[in-house]
Amino acid sequence: MGAIITLSVLGILVLYLGLYKAKNALLPVTLLGLLVAFGFTVADWNKDATPLFNGMVYFDKFALAFSMLCIFITALILLLSKEYFRNISEHVAEYYCLLVFSLTGALIVTAYHNFAMLFIGIEIMSVALYILVGIRKYDKASNEAALKYFLMGAFSTGFLLFGIALLYGASGTFDLEGLRNYVLTAGEISPLFYAGVLLMLCGLCFKIGAAPFHFWTPDVYDGAPILITAFMSTVVKVASFVGFLRLFSMVFVPVSDLWTPVLLTVVIITLFIGNITALMQSSFKRMMAYSSISHAGYMLFALVSISVTSAASMFTYAFAYSLASVIAFAILILVKRETGSDQFESFNGLGKRKPGLALAMTVAMLSLAGIPLTAGFIGKFMMFNQVMGGYNIVLLLLAVVNAAIGVYYYLHVVVNMYFKDADGEMQIQIPTSYKVVLTLAVALTILIGVYPDCVIGLL
Amino acid sequence: MDNLFILLFVPLVSALILFFIQDNKTAKGAALVLSLIQLGLTIPFLMSFNAAGGMQFEQSFSWISALGINFHLGLDGISLPMVMLTNGLIPLIILSTFDKQFRGNFYGLVSFMQTGLLLVFLALDAFTFYVGWEVALIPIYFICALWGEGDRIRVNLKFFIYTFFGSLLMLVAIIYLYNQVPTKNFEWASFVALDLSESTQRWIFWAFFIAFAIKIPIFPFHTWQPDTYTNAPTAGTMLLAGIMLKMGVYGIIRWLLPVVPFAVLSYSNVVMILCVIGVVYASIIAFKQNDAKRLIAYSSIAHVGLITAGVISWEADGLQGAIIQMVNHGFSVVALFFIVDMIEKRAGTRKLNELGGLASEMPQLATFFLIIVMGAIGLPLTNGFIGEFLLLKGVYGFGVWYAAIAGLTLIFGAVYMLRLYQKTMLGPLSDRFQQVWGLENHELIVLVAVVTVTLFLGVIPNAILDLSEASVVSLLNQIKF
Repeated sequence: MGAIITLSVLGILVLYLGLYKAKNALLPVTLLGLLVAFGFTVADWNKDATPLFNGMVYFDKFALAFSMLCIFITALILLLSKEYFRNISEHVAEYYCLLVFSLTGALIVTAYHNFAMLFIGIEIMSVALYILVGIRKYDKASNEAALKYFLMGAFSTGFLLFGIALLYGASGTFDLEGLRNYVLTAGEISPLFYAGVLLMLCGLCFKIGAAPFHFWTPDVYDGAPILITAFMSTVVKVASFVGFLRLFSMVFVPVSDLWTPVLLTVVIITLFIGNITALMQSSFKRMMAYSSISHAGYMLFALVSISVTSAASMFTYAFAYSLASVIAFAILILVKRETGSDQFESFNGLGKRKPGLALAMTVAMLSLAGIPLTAGFIGKFMMFNQVMGGYNIVLLLLAVVNAAIGVYYYLHVVVNMYFKDADGEMQIQIPTSYKVVLTLAVALTILIGVYPDCVIGLL
Repeated sequence: MDNLFILLFVPLVSALILFFIQDNKTAKGAALVLSLIQLGLTIPFLMSFNAAGGMQFEQSFSWISALGINFHLGLDGISLPMVMLTNGLIPLIILSTFDKQFRGNFYGLVSFMQTGLLLVFLALDAFTFYVGWEVALIPIYFICALWGEGDRIRVNLKFFIYTFFGSLLMLVAIIYLYNQVPTKNFEWASFVALDLSESTQRWIFWAFFIAFAIKIPIFPFHTWQPDTYTNAPTAGTMLLAGIMLKMGVYGIIRWLLPVVPFAVLSYSNVVMILCVIGVVYASIIAFKQNDAKRLIAYSSIAHVGLITAGVISWEADGLQGAIIQMVNHGFSVVALFFIVDMIEKRAGTRKLNELGGLASEMPQLATFFLIIVMGAIGLPLTNGFIGEFLLLKGVYGFGVWYAAIAGLTLIFGAVYMLRLYQKTMLGPLSDRFQQVWGLENHELIVLVAVVTVTLFLGVIPNAILDLSEASVVSLLNQIKF
C-alpha cells in the first residue's frame, strides 16, 4: 500500500517541481520516488497479506511481484527519457507526473480486490495515457493516436462498466471474495452473471489489445512518442493482463465452460492477425505494435488454461517481453534520432558501426522470437507448458506455426543490421543512461534465460 | 578431468575470448589452440570409457527446479563417437580457414556452435537437449549469412525458419511427454519408461521426426539444404554437413527409437521409402550438377538418406553402420568441400565444365583427393566401405527391395564422385588455372589428417564399432512393445 501512496504523492511533487522550473531535479526525484515505492513493495513481500480497506485492495505476492515489475520497467523507461522529452516538448514535468500517475493506476489494477478499484485503477492508468499519447500537440499522428485511443478506451470502459453492473445485479457485490462465494454457492447462476462475464472479457480484451478488439493498437503505438509506446506496450499492457488474470483465476474459474471457447477463439485470431500483419510492415515501430498483439495472444495462454502456475508463467513472460521491448524501443530512439525514420532500412549497417547496439537488439529480437538462452524462450516455454497442462494440442500447434512466422519479422531487423550496408556515414551517440539501461536489460534477459529459477521461484 | 562439464565449458569460454580478438592472425591462432585443447580434453574420456558400461560420466544438476528440469549430461557408446567427431573436426575446420581473413567473431561463433553441438550429443534431459539444438542453430545462421555469398540473406532466412519450425514441433512433443511423466521431469530415462498409447506415439513420432528430418535433411524436407550449403562460406558448409546434420540422426537414435518404438515400427516403411527416394533422387540430381559444391551438397543428401535408412531398419548392424558412417561422412565431406574450396581459390571458379587437368600440376592433391573420393564411394580398405556395408546389411534385414534400391547408392556414388574427380583433376589443364601453386601447409595438414582417418577406419573399423556396440545392443534390447 505504501507504494501507491508514495507514487501518488510523487506525482504531485513532480508537478510542483515543474511549476518552480526545477527541471534538473525532475528525473532524480522521480527515480528516487520509484525507488522508495519499490522498497515498500519489497518490504511487504514476506508479510501475511489480507485485503485492506474493507477488501478494496489486496497486496498478495501476486500483486507485489507485478507491482515490482511495473515499477522497475517504468524506472528503465524514465532513465531513457532524460533527453528524449526535452526534445519533443517544453513541459517536461507533465511527462514525469503523468507517467507516475499512470503507474499508480497500474499498481492499483494489479492489487484490486473490488470492482470499484479495478475501474478506478484502469481509469487512472488510461486517462494519463490519453494525454501522453497526444502530447506532441502539433503532430498529426500523435493527435490522431490520442483521439483513437481515447474513443476506443472510453468504449471499452463502457463494456467493462456494463459488465460490472450486470455482475453486481446477479451477485449483489463488487467484492472479488463475495463474487467467488456467489459463483461457488449459488445453485443456479443467473444469466445476468454470464452476460457480465462476457462483457468484462470484451472490455479487458480491448485493454490488452487482443483481436478482434485490437484495431486501436497499431495506430496508437505508431502515433505516440516512442517512449510512451514503450510504456504502453510494457507496463500498461502487463497491468491489464494482471487485472484480467486475477479476475478470471479468482472468480470465473468455476464457469470456465462458458468463456474458455470465447477466449480460445480470441487467442487464435490474435495470434494470426498479429503475426501475419506484422510480416508486412516496413516500419520497425509498426512491426513492434503488431508483434505486441501477437504477444498478447501468447500471454492469454495463461488464461486459457488456468492453473496454479498461471501467475508464474504470466510473470516470466511479461518480464521477458517487457525487457525486450524496452531494449528495442531504446535502440529505435537512438536510430531514429540519427536517421529520422523508423523504417527497417534505418537499421542498415548498425552491426558494423555500433556492434554493441546491434548485439543488444539481436538479443532482444531473439528473446521476442523465443530462442533458448534468452528470457523470451523461458516465457514461451512456460506458456506452452501451461496450455499443454490443459491438453490443448491443437492450440499449441497453431502457436508453433505462429512462432515460426514471428522469426521472419524479428530477424528482419537483424538482417538489416548485419547483412546490409548503410548508405551514408552516420554517428550515433549513446548517452550513458542508455548504456546503463541496455546493459541491465540485456544482462537480465540472458540471466533469466540461463537461470530462470530466479524469476519462476518468486511466484 | 572426467567431468563432462569441461567439454562444454572450454568451447564456451573460447567463444567469449575469441569474440574480442580483432586481429586475424591472433584470432585464428588462438582458435586453433583452443580447439586443440578441447580435442585434448576429449581423450581422457575416450581412454577411460568402458564400452560395456552403459551411460558414463553422468553429471546432473537441478536447473529449473520449479519445472523439474535438470542439466543432465552423460556419455555412452552412441554419443562418444559423435563427441569425438565434433571435437576432431572443429580443429580441421578452423585450420581450413587459415588463408581467409576472418576475425575473432567468426571463430567465436564456431566455438559457440561447438558448445551447442556437444550439448545435443551429451544431453540426457529433453530440455537440455532442446536448448543445445537451438543454440547450435543461431551461430551457424550468422556464419552462413554474414560470410556467405550469393543470395545469402533469403536462403539463410529460409533455412532458419524451416529448422526453427521443426524444432518447435519437437518442443511441443517434449512438453507433452513431460506432462505424461508421473514425477514431472524431462529425463531421458523417464521418457523411455513411459507407456504411451499407440495414437499418442503416432503424433509424437511425427513431431520429433519432422524436426530431425529437416535437420538431416531427408526427402522431401531437404529443400533448404542445397542453397544453404552452396551459399555458405566453406567453413560453414563444413560445420553444417560435417557435424550439424548428425544432430538429426543422433536425435532419431537417442530420442525417437526408444521413446516411441511402436510408432517407429509402424512408420518405418514410410520413412524407409522417403530415405530410398532421397538416395536415388539426390544422386540423380548430383549427376547433373555443374557446380562442384552443389554436387557435394546433393551427394550429402544421398549419403544421409542411407544412414537414416540404416537407423530406421532397427537392426544392430544398421545402427552400427549409421554410427560409423556418420563419422566417416563427417570427415570425408569436410575434406571434399575443402578440396573444392582449394580448387576455387586457384581457378577462381568451381564450375566443372571450366576445370580440369589439375592432377598434372598438383599430384599431391590428386592423390589425396583420390583416396578421399574412394572413401566417399566406399571402396574396401577405406572407411566408407565398412559403413555402407553395415548399413546395407541392416536395410537388407529390413527388406530386400529397399536394400536393392538403396544399394544403387554405391553405383550412383561412384558415378558422380568419379565425375567430380575426372572433371577437376584429369584431362587437359584448364586455362582457368593461370597460376597454380602447390599445397599450402595448412591444406596439407588437413588433407593428411582426413586421409589418415579414412585409411585407419578403413583398416580398423572396430576402433569405433567396439565403442558403440554394447550401447547399440542395449538400446535395442531396452525397447519394449
